[in-house]
Amino acid sequence: MQKLNEMRVALICAVIAAAGVIAAPYYIDLFQIMQLTVFAAMAVLALSLGFIWGYGGILSFGQTSFFGLGAYAYAVAAINFGDSTGAIVMAILIPVIFAALLGYFMIYGGVSDVYLGVITLTVSLILFNLVNSTAGDFYKIGDARLGGFNGMPAIPTFNMPGDPGYILSPEQAWTVTGLALIVVYIGLRVLIASTFGRIIIAIRENETRAALLGYDPRFYKLLTFMIGGAIAGFAGALYVNWGAFVSPTIFALGLSAQIIIWVIIGGRGTLIGPVIGCLLMQWMVTAIGGQQALDANFILGAILIVFVLLVPKGIAPTVVDLVKSRLPKAKSDTANSNAKVKA
Amino acid sequence: MTTPPLLETSNLTIRFGGVTAVNSVDFSLKETELRCLIGPNGAGKSTFFKLLTGQLRPSEGHVKLRGEDISGSLPHEIARRGVGIKTQVPNVFNAMTVEENLWIAARHKHTPAFASDLAEEILTQLRLTGIAKREVGQLAHGQRQWVEIGTVLAGEPELILLDEPAAGMTHEEVERTAELILEINRKRALIVVEHDMQFIKMIAKTVTVLHQGSVLIEEDVATVLQDPRVRDVYLGKGLAA
Ligand SMILES: Nc1ncnc2c1ncn2[C@@H]1O[C@H](COP(=O)(O)OP(=O)(O)O)[C@@H](O)[C@H]1O
Ligand SMILES: [Mg+2]
Repeated sequence: MQKLNEMRVALICAVIAAAGVIAAPYYIDLFQIMQLTVFAAMAVLALSLGFIWGYGGILSFGQTSFFGLGAYAYAVAAINFGDSTGAIVMAILIPVIFAALLGYFMIYGGVSDVYLGVITLTVSLILFNLVNSTAGDFYKIGDARLGGFNGMPAIPTFNMPGDPGYILSPEQAWTVTGLALIVVYIGLRVLIASTFGRIIIAIRENETRAALLGYDPRFYKLLTFMIGGAIAGFAGALYVNWGAFVSPTIFALGLSAQIIIWVIIGGRGTLIGPVIGCLLMQWMVTAIGGQQALDANFILGAILIVFVLLVPKGIAPTVVDLVKSRLPKAKSDTANSNAKVKA
Repeated sequence: MTTPPLLETSNLTIRFGGVTAVNSVDFSLKETELRCLIGPNGAGKSTFFKLLTGQLRPSEGHVKLRGEDISGSLPHEIARRGVGIKTQVPNVFNAMTVEENLWIAARHKHTPAFASDLAEEILTQLRLTGIAKREVGQLAHGQRQWVEIGTVLAGEPELILLDEPAAGMTHEEVERTAELILEINRKRALIVVEHDMQFIKMIAKTVTVLHQGSVLIEEDVATVLQDPRVRDVYLGKGLAA
């Protein structure tokens, strides 16, 4: 009963959010719409880490590997195909294959959690260096020049599926990106409520127990890691669609660190938390950046320290706890038991 | 050709550096047998269980399940062959409810709906219905032991290993645990590790005594309890229970 109710609430919220996404261009100017678009693309990226870390217990320090691969895969495919639909598929497929190989090596190889962090970090650095050194005519995939440290300019943005001539307007691109965020969020909610979701949470809670019940933790962790790769890759396509540009800095450490910060601040073990953390932090960075008086990194660092010390669970779980402490006791007990697993 | 025993170990040995925690153990268990495994702290009982369930790999020797060699198999593979364990330190899913713990265990073999029914059944059997919606991490140690026993039952194993199931339980709970074990034993084989001699007397038929990793004696319960070597081993280590 509880599960059904929670899912219903989530669906109603999603419908309201979707209505907001569709209505936004009528009320907000183009500049802000453009900003919201990149925020939403980044929030999809935040969800990818929020999922694998919060539910799968896998802390990847290199989620940008899949984000960047998705972005480059989209760029190369869009230039060659002259159509964005297949390119979006490539932006998901290539990172998934990469996540499958990397994940198989790490997870079936019995690499410990700490080393998994180190390896994912290293891989993103290697990708950065590899792509960074692809300047010149030699590095071409079909018609697409990788461009090395200069990046790839003038990448075709999303067009109407089946109609390459119909390029989406910035407002339409926003609608697609905003709705994509909602769809990914709901998709993950459904996944987490499914048997697969219950099992990965069980493995996060107690890997030994899960194995002693017959579940192979490696299999479930690998799938989780691949789903995270798929979502991050998709976020990469959304990101390129926003800027029509991609460069190797997409693999850089700074962004990897930011994703982790978004999840910590918003609340690990929830899905809405990473989205909130991401939107909030990006909005703040933009606001601070506009002033030029304060160093954005310094402020971000300070916020992170404050959160780790004062709001260690992150925003979403803390708000949930606050609301619950005001509910009648009997009700809050059952809500409590589900919330930690579900939210 | 005779059917092989349900479980059989031969020369089963594991060393941790200089310590031989389990030393050349030949052990055999028949279908639906109930065996008690006793021995002072550090005798190697929990380590023996870890070797049986694939949590540790033997340094030497073999474990056979119905004649098939499972030494070196992984825990989930052995679990799928029908071995369930309640470990000494409670191994449960803390952030999940009691109900969900049992459901996950049952879900491995069954559809979601059937798993719910089975979980419900076991909740009633173990008298856990009242705390079904409670988060396991918030329960007392004794209750978590029950949840773990329930989880093991929900997995429907044919061989159940219980490592100190009565530890931290009240006298009444200990008696209920003994009853439950006898009930389970009507269909399934069990190996029970326990310190509490009263408890052993309630359930035991054959008792295996482990001492410094080796089998000291394996006899019916009355013989074992009268054996001077067993008394020496326990008194020497200062039997607390
Ligand atoms: N992982 C390990 N590393 C080193 N020594 C261990 C390990 N596990 C158990 N031991 C040692 O093996 C012996 C048997 O331990 P254990 O099986 O837990 O005993 P019991 O369950 O009978 O009390 C003890 O001396 C213990 O210190
Ligand atoms: Mg022990």
